Amino acid sequence: MSQTSVRELAINGLWHNNPALVQLLGLCPLLAVTGSVVNALGLGLATLSVLVGANVAVSLIRHHVPTSVRLPAFVMIIASFVTCAELLMQAYTYSLYQILGIFIPLIVTNCAILGRADAFASRQPVSAAAVDGIMMGLGFLAVLLVLGAIREVLGQGTLFSGMALLFGEYAKHWQINVFADWHLLIMILPPGAFFTMSVLIALKNIIDQQLKKRQAAVSNTVHAQPSRRVRVTD
Amino acid sequence: MLSLFAAPHSHVPRRMPQVMRQVMFAMLPGIIGLTIAFGPGILVNLLLSMVTALLTEAWILRLRHRPVGKTLTDGSAVVTGMLLAVALPAIAPWWIPVLGTFFAVAVTKQLFGGLGQNPFNPAMAAYAFLLISFPLEMSLWPQPFEWHIAGFSWYETADAVTGATPLDAFRHKGMLTAEEFWQQPQLLSPDMVLAWEWVALGWALGGVWLLWQRVIHWQAPVGMLSALSLLAAFFYGVDPSHYASPWFHWVSGATLLSAFFIVTDPVSGATSRLGQCFFGIGVGILVYVIRTWGNYPDAVAFAVLLMNFAAPTIDYYTRPRVHGHRKAQRGLKQKDSAP
Repeated sequence: MSQTSVRELAINGLWHNNPALVQLLGLCPLLAVTGSVVNALGLGLATLSVLVGANVAVSLIRHHVPTSVRLPAFVMIIASFVTCAELLMQAYTYSLYQILGIFIPLIVTNCAILGRADAFASRQPVSAAAVDGIMMGLGFLAVLLVLGAIREVLGQGTLFSGMALLFGEYAKHWQINVFADWHLLIMILPPGAFFTMSVLIALKNIIDQQLKKRQAAVSNTVHAQPSRRVRVTD
Repeated sequence: MLSLFAAPHSHVPRRMPQVMRQVMFAMLPGIIGLTIAFGPGILVNLLLSMVTALLTEAWILRLRHRPVGKTLTDGSAVVTGMLLAVALPAIAPWWIPVLGTFFAVAVTKQLFGGLGQNPFNPAMAAYAFLLISFPLEMSLWPQPFEWHIAGFSWYETADAVTGATPLDAFRHKGMLTAEEFWQQPQLLSPDMVLAWEWVALGWALGGVWLLWQRVIHWQAPVGMLSALSLLAAFFYGVDPSHYASPWFHWVSGATLLSAFFIVTDPVSGATSRLGQCFFGIGVGILVYVIRTWGNYPDAVAFAVLLMNFAAPTIDYYTRPRVHGHRKAQRGLKQKDSAP
């Protein structure tokens, strides 16, 4: 695998084909658990690991699974990785596991994972599939973190509260109080997730438009150079 | 000089500003009732909401590169602000009407494409937004006819001079039967019931005037009120000790306000007359169900929002028959081509 393709996979997963912002896949857990950074991080990491594992496994067996039964096979693989992640969280971050609740097992139904398995991993060598899994997972995780941070700050005025659930005792003083005595309940509740998510998608589209405009401007000036010179000599 | 012409006469269709002025005018009796009962806080809320509505609308229109002046003077934003303001408690802190109106105009109306494009009633969406975000501030009403004691400021208001609205009090009657509940004035003062009856009368007056002026049609209000009354009458008839009477449902909360001013919204409601009737019936049923078995003091906002979701489907099924060849159809009616 060449260097450029890693770069392409990274740009694709993190930005141009971001599972959360562009493909709009896996929205259910995305919207449901991003009430705080720690919840978002927990679910994001679990999804990331499942995504990488499932991509690698699917890529390994890609020559041995007939097309007609590939989807059940992929779901079985994903389900076993999710079970692993669930048991690991149960063992090491039990209280976070309890907070996330049903959304950990529901990672199985995250279309982003099945989508990558079917659309990418089942046609690519293991290394490419692994990189793709990492990049897609990171893109998903990044959106989760931004959503979680925005909703936590606007909803309860804090940032990084309860990080001890994930990182143990010494993370207890990580909490930053952005606004004292602040409560905007709706940002914690599901509507806040939809509002924030739509604003994020709009922002991404604005940035893309600006980039395109700048590119067009650059290519225009490149093409415009000769003609302008002609005009000057006139 | 009086000049007479023979038929046919061409009609001058009423324009937006005129309709909106009529709606504002029709709201006066209700606003007067609210002010007498709950004090000038209502007027402060109204002013804040109207100013916020205009500023927000102008700002967003500028961002969207739309003509500002024409849209601002059509009065729709001001009416949205007014409808929200009269639903808010008179002693709400100043940022409640400001934030709510900003949400109504910026998010519910302009983000969906401005006037005529919003799938949800802006005032009700903003009310639901506020109720979910600030349940405490949204449920504190001053004791009626005693607002000179309560003062203007929310922060100075002690619990002693605030009271639960009739709906809220009835919902929290706990183990009491309705008969016991009505005999305990500390749970719900007779003044509170009286105040809400006067306010409801004010909305009814304005609504009837709007009907007479043909600004609104009778289908939606009649559908809503009759569905609500039938359900209430049924349950009240079966078990009067635990369910409120139809009269109580009519005169408490925002029933009449919504029947004449909210359900009749031409944008977010159903289009055809028959559709409006079904829309009203749906709102009436949902209002009763959410009030009786739900978690929030009043149900009108949620009922209207839920029915707003259903309005396109209602429209799809209640399209009037079109004779001859079909005219150009716009918006939701393009669903025609769908199987």
